[in-house]
Amino acid sequence: MALNRKIAYIDLSTNTVETRPIPLEIRKKFLGGRGLDAYLLYNHAPAGCDPLGPENVLIISAGILTATCASASARTHIMAKSPLTGLLGSTNMGGFFAPELAWAGFHHLVIKGKAAGPVYLFIHNGEIEIRDAAHLWGKTTTDTQWAIRSELDDEEVKSCVIGPAGENLVRFANVMTGIKNAGGRTGMGCVMGSKNLKAVAVRGTLDIRLAHPAQALDFNKKFIDQITSAKVNQIQGKLGTPFIWGATNCWGGLRTNNFQYNQLEDADDIEPERLDEIATETMGPHHMAACFGCQVHCRAQYKIPAGPYAGKYDEGPEYTSLGAFGAEAGCRSAVTVLTGNHLVDQYGMDNLETGSLIAWAMELFEKGILTARETDGLDLRFGNDEALLEMVHRICARQGWLGDTLADGGIPAAEKIGNNAFDYLIQVKGMNNLHSDERATPALALNVATSSRGSDHLRSRPAIDLYHLPEEVLRKIYGTPVPYDGPLSSDHTSYTGKPWMVFWQENCYMAVDCLGICKYHTVFLGATLPNFEDWPRVIELNTGLKLSPTDIWQIAERGNMLERLFNLREGLTRDDPKKGDTLNHRYFDEPCLRGAPDVIGLSIDRDRFNAMIDEFYEIKGLDKNGLPEPRTLERLGLAQEPSHQL
Amino acid sequence: MQPATMKVLKIDFEKCTGCRLCELVCAVHHDGVSNPARSRIRVVKWESEGLYIPMACQQCQDAPCMQGCPVGAITHNWEQNRVEVDYGLCIGCRTCVAVCPFGAMHFNTIDRKVIKCDLCNGDPQCVRFCEVKAVTFVDAGDESLARQRTAARRLHTAEGKAAALL
Repeated sequence: MALNRKIAYIDLSTNTVETRPIPLEIRKKFLGGRGLDAYLLYNHAPAGCDPLGPENVLIISAGILTATCASASARTHIMAKSPLTGLLGSTNMGGFFAPELAWAGFHHLVIKGKAAGPVYLFIHNGEIEIRDAAHLWGKTTTDTQWAIRSELDDEEVKSCVIGPAGENLVRFANVMTGIKNAGGRTGMGCVMGSKNLKAVAVRGTLDIRLAHPAQALDFNKKFIDQITSAKVNQIQGKLGTPFIWGATNCWGGLRTNNFQYNQLEDADDIEPERLDEIATETMGPHHMAACFGCQVHCRAQYKIPAGPYAGKYDEGPEYTSLGAFGAEAGCRSAVTVLTGNHLVDQYGMDNLETGSLIAWAMELFEKGILTARETDGLDLRFGNDEALLEMVHRICARQGWLGDTLADGGIPAAEKIGNNAFDYLIQVKGMNNLHSDERATPALALNVATSSRGSDHLRSRPAIDLYHLPEEVLRKIYGTPVPYDGPLSSDHTSYTGKPWMVFWQENCYMAVDCLGICKYHTVFLGATLPNFEDWPRVIELNTGLKLSPTDIWQIAERGNMLERLFNLREGLTRDDPKKGDTLNHRYFDEPCLRGAPDVIGLSIDRDRFNAMIDEFYEIKGLDKNGLPEPRTLERLGLAQEPSHQL
Repeated sequence: MQPATMKVLKIDFEKCTGCRLCELVCAVHHDGVSNPARSRIRVVKWESEGLYIPMACQQCQDAPCMQGCPVGAITHNWEQNRVEVDYGLCIGCRTCVAVCPFGAMHFNTIDRKVIKCDLCNGDPQCVRFCEVKAVTFVDAGDESLARQRTAARRLHTAEGKAAALL
């Protein structure tokens, strides 16, 4: 049974391991994955703890549907207090790790303490071993994984690992599994590094019994047909996420030269079709790869065609690497993007944060706030591909004044650099924004401002707001499972009804992260994809758990509120420019200079943005300051938290 | 007796995305559980090269597993065009596992028995779920046609280049 997968508590300071079942009543409140992680973090991490101290808690989990006969249920979720933001740390990755964890008997690992020296965990069919990792320290992410397989003499072992960046406590070091699956955001690799935990390796051959296997099989086929019939997934399966980059750049929604422009001109070499050509030339016509059980297969395989890393194999690049090593830095070379993508994969460093911080430093260099003295002579101007890649090396190794400074993350770096460096930093809650520009899209601006893990597109973004769908279609999606008869607007420049859309998406994505499935399989980029009404059946057929669409909605709402409680406990306030539900002033003060007619000249209206925040808070059951009303906590069953039931 | 059609699993590994859904649905169909260790088809990977190759029983005409079985538990079912195990006779010695040149005979340690592809009695689930058609169910006589056509085209191109040299 999926429901009999356990929690393991591992204390690296004392070398002790304890396993416990997950009570059904807890499942019914938090499901699994990110929702249950939030419960565990809120209950186990002491308030105000040092993110890099032994008291921080690192949680690695699978979703409740992971490794069942549910399409693309391959996501691994990782949570801890973030060393980048001091608030909620949370990241999610695809690949093959989470299913293997479930086959090994576990859904959640709660890792506490700090090992005396480098260690890795080996989890095998219900058993957990803490092993020496001194010989793995210093290795890249893939070398680490292959070395573990070799040492354990088992090619089927799946590991999530840190690279040199995590060891060097780069605050936005990521966790990697496979070639390119990255749990990138909020520095979870840095937390692993602080615990001297190089890797978690798993191998499982335990049965997961399905409640209704024959029906689950047939239903999965139906689900897959629905998912692969969406045009957006068909194009993802051919071009991967770069197709989003191409479309968004055409329209004028990409941060360029940090935040000075919203479109990269003359970018033919990094358009998705060009990247597809490179993948075809280097890997052949069938170069798309997939995560476990997924028929969307959105990962391209490629070899770097030229430059110092020519011939190196990698996967991607994703939409985000095109921003990080392209538009944000004003660079236009496919080789640079593919090389940058390869370096962050190997070093184990978040591509979004890395690219965004370097682009910020480039703008500071342009403005004279940083000079050749701080860059150790590096000519850090926009469009200097060599300087961009050199900074990736330096940040990972904490080399030079600027490399070391940026490795601490944006806000500490801004404080160290001084002057008005902070004004140019495109961050929310201490985490930098990806390369999208939300000045023309109030709904998306509200999403990044209020996301629980800092500026982010995967927590609550109503991406379909850009499609101008007829209002009746929007009403059909956003009017279930909880009735909504307020205003909705098909206009992406409107402020009307957007708080509800962001709230709906926030719950949708939380539900997806609890189930452990991929966001390409729900209403993210495709309006026709499964959501609340479709999930009860897949949950029941696979796990036997009977839930209604509104039950799932409430579980998601509860998980989001618990994440907010964590953030409030750690210092979130509504208007704090460094820890609040706020945006950089440039969103309001600098209009878009490029793009389509419905983008150019637009910026976010401060008063209307504040009115959206008010409305969003009211919908969520928060007061004007963003604190939950007592009745909201009662309604969601959170009034007694932390309840220490697990 | 010659069957009207003789269908086999055709594996076109270049198309494989490595998702391993075939392994999952094989286990669910046969045993009602999720567990790739129970799958009759397995995707072998070289991740550092991006190479994924699904491996399953070839249903050999002169099957080494059948020849090696000391108790005659493995026979050819000509009607289903498959090599099958009679579990009433099988003693679980795993000789078939040792001699299969494709590593396609597996020992399931949970049920303590050997397992192999049975073509799902004519409706292979791996084929049903493989959207990219890396695994297809085709007439054995047609298996070589596409490859032959590709080779012929290559030959024609080569001839053309040679002619251009003259």
